[in-house]
Amino acid sequence: MDLALKAEHKAFADEVRAFARENLSPATREKTFSGKHYDRDDHMVWQQALGKKGWLAYTWPKKYGGPGWDVTQRFLFENVLAEEGAPRILPFGPKMVGPVIYTFGTDEQKERFLPGIRSSEVSWCQGYSEPGAGSDLANLRTRAVREGDHYIVNGQKTWTSFAHWGDWIFCLVRTNTEVKAQEGISFLLIDMKTPGVTVRPIIMTDGAHHVNDVFLDNVKVPVENLIGKENEGWTCAKFLLANERLGIAEVPASKRGVSVLRQIARSEPQNGSTLADDPAFTAQIADIDLQVQALEMSELRVLSTMAQGGAPGPEVSTLKVRGSEIQQRIAELTMEAVGEYAQPYQPGMLFQDTNETPIGPDHAPPAAPRYFNMRKTSIYGGSTEIQKNIVSKMVLGL
Amino acid sequence: MDLSLSDEQKQLKDAAERFVRDKYTFENRRKIAATERGWLPENWSQFAELGWLGMSFSEEDGGYGGGPIETMIVMEEFGKGLVLEPFLPTVVLGGGMIASAGTKAQKEALLAPMIEGKKQFAFAWLERQSRYNLADVSLKATKEGAGWSLSGHKGVVYNAPSADHIIVLARTAGSAREPKGLTLFIVDAKAKGISRRDYPTQDALRASELTFDKVSVGADAVLGKVDEAFPVVEGAVDRAIVALCAEATGCMDAINAATLEYIKTRKQFGVPIGKFQVLQHRMVDCFTNAQEARSMTLMASLKIDDKDATVRAKAASGAKVQIGKSGKFCGQSAVQMHGGMGVTDELSVSHYFKRLTMIDLMFGNQQHHLTRYSNLAMAA
Repeated sequence: MDLALKAEHKAFADEVRAFARENLSPATREKTFSGKHYDRDDHMVWQQALGKKGWLAYTWPKKYGGPGWDVTQRFLFENVLAEEGAPRILPFGPKMVGPVIYTFGTDEQKERFLPGIRSSEVSWCQGYSEPGAGSDLANLRTRAVREGDHYIVNGQKTWTSFAHWGDWIFCLVRTNTEVKAQEGISFLLIDMKTPGVTVRPIIMTDGAHHVNDVFLDNVKVPVENLIGKENEGWTCAKFLLANERLGIAEVPASKRGVSVLRQIARSEPQNGSTLADDPAFTAQIADIDLQVQALEMSELRVLSTMAQGGAPGPEVSTLKVRGSEIQQRIAELTMEAVGEYAQPYQPGMLFQDTNETPIGPDHAPPAAPRYFNMRKTSIYGGSTEIQKNIVSKMVLGL
Repeated sequence: MDLSLSDEQKQLKDAAERFVRDKYTFENRRKIAATERGWLPENWSQFAELGWLGMSFSEEDGGYGGGPIETMIVMEEFGKGLVLEPFLPTVVLGGGMIASAGTKAQKEALLAPMIEGKKQFAFAWLERQSRYNLADVSLKATKEGAGWSLSGHKGVVYNAPSADHIIVLARTAGSAREPKGLTLFIVDAKAKGISRRDYPTQDALRASELTFDKVSVGADAVLGKVDEAFPVVEGAVDRAIVALCAEATGCMDAINAATLEYIKTRKQFGVPIGKFQVLQHRMVDCFTNAQEARSMTLMASLKIDDKDATVRAKAASGAKVQIGKSGKFCGQSAVQMHGGMGVTDELSVSHYFKRLTMIDLMFGNQQHHLTRYSNLAMAA
């Protein structure tokens, strides 16, 4: 057992850092540190650069075009990119549907879809939740009826992140209504340009547009877009969710968040000094700092088990729960550090590149919107309540 | 001891409830927030007609002889509707300071028309470096002939875009952060040398950054005594804090009611999600939090006119701590129990959550008031 890095790993970290500095646009980087929203190009230009280097699908095995990194390399890659201010890699292609396709798909499907995911030339979105199927995902009603060599799909998906940017959507659809809910579900890939697909924005509490409703009205989908066997999509669904829960803790971003928070505390005036001289406040930063460390080490222990051939178990749910609470707390403390100047609402500073000067300090405009927005982290990807049910049932046997 | 409302107070509560029900449906509020002014003059006129603008002032000052309990009643209902009219800056802060420190002439010229709905105020105290320290003031007022000249910056001045007069806290003597040497000035909002940058706040109110560049005012612009404004400001802010606590209590009632309704109707796994014990207990905690918030607000409202400034300060800070804690718990819980719907702009919950969050940041957050209370309590 050893926490120290070997020389080859240090060299690897340097290589990643050099790549980030060369390929990450200063404007995108600035948005990360100031907490502004990225536009489509911020994500795509960066992801395509990673794709060209062969690093976008960094968790994939070599066989499917991944770099075949060990756990330490993945850890370093994620952390260095976060430190350098890279946007998170949108998970829908490389972390969600990609692994489903190379695990459950046919050779034709692998050849057809994996290259576009690895290069980020094709962007994906996730068609899981529905108005009546949130926490109770298996209750989904979107219906796919086989007609010759096509499915005709009807229904509605919701909370679909970046559907307005997506070329393709992977959907859970109901193909059999006669059996137990989980047994009649299939995993279907749908081209967003197919007639009958409509995207409607959902505006979030901070005014942002990230998520959407996706309406599917007699959408004709070729049978060859089915991944795995008909009615066995729940297996793909669960496989994907377990992967999702692992990365969703966002530890590297939280580490960056703590360091940004300390910088803000050093710059925020209070009683002729700064907030950094207020032990009541800095102790709260120390507290969240330690929580991040505990989470990181727990995540590393899971990754280490996986490296020895183990699969992520239901205990990853605890990482997701703590990861979301920590992200929320960092956002909360950041807003509190800004204080009264968190009150002005400046959408121009959040969503557009404007020349307008911020009201208050540079870090003020995103502080409160980010706090509001981060409430979603304990809701999406399986709410905290659902994750705790999983742990109590699957880990503790209650 | 009697904690029940008088018949008149009950009528006031009914009237405020009716106003919110009729004029502040969620959709209506959205429309009002989208207007340029951000509030409706017809509602303001109605406040004047109903006597709400004068209810908490003495008859001597042209009011109707009520006090903090009347303010609490109305603010609580305003909280339920997320009312946008600038009652707090105009009546509680502006009116409050003029009533407590103004001359007879100032009261006649300003308070009387305010009570009639014809004048509005904004209170400019905060500066970039102030955080929650009311004495951290560097905007300078220097003697200029018989009058004064004001230069400096003020931030997050609520209602500045609509105000007829701005009440400005300025340094006339003393060093930075010294409570002594502060003076209040009543300045015409259109005075030469004032420039404004207006903006909406997170919770759809209106505020401004103000720059004062050699703004000349007469000697009669001084509100209260020169160099002695701090106790007036502290008292007015403590009153405003208690009023905000009442508003927050109303917000909590409304957000809890919306959440309760949601978990009774939203079905997952074949049953309303309110059947799950983990949500039942959380809902109970929300209810308990709102009760504690109401209790502390009532206690503060009953103590805020105490002769002893320490009693007043402790009451205001104590209530603000409770409101910060309870508001955060109810707000975050409501969002969580609403699931994805809770983080959208579409439902009212996110709007109550935003207001509760901003109330915590106004005039000192939970931590600030815990420290202030602690210092006062240890000194006793």
